[in-house]
Amino acid sequence: MEHTITTQKVKFKVFRFNAEEDYLPYYDDYEMEVTSEEVVLDILNRIKWDHDGSFSYRRSCRHGICGACAIKVNGRSTLACKESMNDMVDLFGSELVIEPLSKKRAVKDMIIDKSDFWEKHAAIQPYVVTDVDEAPEMENLVSPHDAEALDEADLCIQCGACHYACPAVEVNDDFFGPAAFAAAYRFEADVRDESETRLMDVNQMGQGVWDCVKCFECREVCPKEIDPIGKITKLHQKLFQEGKAESNVATRHAVGFIHSIAKRGVLDEGGLVLYSEGPAIVKHLPVAFKMFTKGKIPMPWQLPKSDNMDEIKALVKSSTTAKF
Amino acid sequence: MEKLRYALFTGCTAKQSTPEQMMSTLAVADKLGIELVELTEASCCGASHLQDYDEFLSLVLNARNIAYAEKHGLTMVTICNTCQLNTAMTKHKLDNDADLKARVNEKLAEVGLEYKGTSQITHFLYAIIDDFGLDKIKEMVVTPLSQFNIAPFYGCHNIRPSELQNETHKSPESAYRPTSLDDLIIACGGKNVDYEEKNKCCGFHVELQAPKTAAILTGNAIAGAMDADADWMVTPCPLCHLKLDTQTHHASEAIGRDVQLPVLHMQQMVGLALGCTPAELGLKHHVAKVDFV
Ligand code: SF4
Ligand code: SF4
Ligand code: FES
Repeated sequence: MEHTITTQKVKFKVFRFNAEEDYLPYYDDYEMEVTSEEVVLDILNRIKWDHDGSFSYRRSCRHGICGACAIKVNGRSTLACKESMNDMVDLFGSELVIEPLSKKRAVKDMIIDKSDFWEKHAAIQPYVVTDVDEAPEMENLVSPHDAEALDEADLCIQCGACHYACPAVEVNDDFFGPAAFAAAYRFEADVRDESETRLMDVNQMGQGVWDCVKCFECREVCPKEIDPIGKITKLHQKLFQEGKAESNVATRHAVGFIHSIAKRGVLDEGGLVLYSEGPAIVKHLPVAFKMFTKGKIPMPWQLPKSDNMDEIKALVKSSTTAKF
Repeated sequence: MEKLRYALFTGCTAKQSTPEQMMSTLAVADKLGIELVELTEASCCGASHLQDYDEFLSLVLNARNIAYAEKHGLTMVTICNTCQLNTAMTKHKLDNDADLKARVNEKLAEVGLEYKGTSQITHFLYAIIDDFGLDKIKEMVVTPLSQFNIAPFYGCHNIRPSELQNETHKSPESAYRPTSLDDLIIACGGKNVDYEEKNKCCGFHVELQAPKTAAILTGNAIAGAMDADADWMVTPCPLCHLKLDTQTHHASEAIGRDVQLPVLHMQQMVGLALGCTPAELGLKHHVAKVDFV
């Protein structure tokens, strides 16, 4: 098939801010003919080379490897050197807003202070923890089967696209974030690793895996298809499989499902909250009262139950693999 | 057009904390002439939490639910985003991993069932749009919602991950520019308002363990809709509905601003436009009062 290059006019609204000079950010407008051959990084280059030499951004490899060039286009985290302009126009139309990954962490234009990202990355022990024989007689071999367990978590390029797309990171400064969890999973899944503490670190409330809101943003934006939320789920499962999940509101909430299902097939929603919260359930009473007055909480004798409960009970019994 | 028939997977909330969702689903299906065969044998989908605890068990239980839809020879229709995700995700996993499918079927065989992979799974929102058709909805509108600015709230688990959208729906929508709800609002004669939070998370799944995070996300969503001049919000997800409708006190506290709007289920909005009565749609079951009808 003949390869034809097309061009189209695109309007750009570009975030500008210099922490040393500006009190508030502002936006510059540019209109350019964009070719179907270009990626977002080409546009950043053209802004700098053709329009304003002071425009600042990070890039290095231009091959989707170094992770430096991640920015946001119309609010979507994007690796500038990998994302084609055609796809962006297809997705958002011909008016594009170019912004840094995090506006509140902007230092100069597209350049952000990524220290929170690196601190959280460092906090999960992003390396194999083991006693190293200083004079080994042969290599430490990992079988292809064992390597598969990493599930490509080792392909992360630390671009931060997922971290700054994550709504939990946005509103909770302590939350480690999807990239750190993907890294935690990568080393937890490594057969050579013997860390006693990493899994317990991500098990904490507030910063750990239980505070992920399950929005799938991280999976959606990752340019390396690492699926951080998938890794978070695996960390949840690992905690239960290894018997390390402490009894807290999050773990009881997960386990509570099995009790409800074994009893009624469908959930007993009120019973689930009671099981998860314990005595702390009193804090939900004002909302529960409002819901009750609107007919949103059935009485115990009105609770639904699935038909063919014998099947459900038998399957819960024979298929359960986890323990709490 | 041949009569549309689906196997209805109600999920848990429609039978408890959102009875109005069940009522409005049935009322709208009736108006549209869609036949729903309720899967009364179905169990909970695990709502992403059972999946954290015991993935294999969740696959077995979801495969069992789908097996019942297959027995009827029908597409399964869900009325909850999280049910949609967990059921469609189960189908995806089993259809793409013969070994896993065999292991799951070994369990199902113990109770005389088999997962074949023959039934499709769709959300009622997409059944209305893709199978019934927006044009036909438009023709059937008797009470156009023309005096209302309506804020669509999509909910995460319908629009992400996009591979499932692409695999499951005839006209898959974008996680970044979803259009289904906007189109439906317009078909009902209303005005759709645009705001940044429309495809963001409501925080429902961490309400117990991370209440502050959950409350800020809820607050931001309602505030976004209010700033866009919405008269009310509409969502296809009963979990988003619960969060946005019942948690406004916490949300207001968390973001330091009074936020509240009526939040209708997608079915209630369609029902209003099609001339169903407020009683049929269960509009009295809302915490944030629906006082415009
Ligand atoms: S799924 Fe969890 S980790 Fe991923 S972006 Fe959402 S909240 Fe963050
Ligand atoms: S997980 Fe993906 S999006 Fe997140 S930092 Fe690594 S490569 Fe970037
Ligand atoms: S420049 Fe290295 S990843 Fe884009």
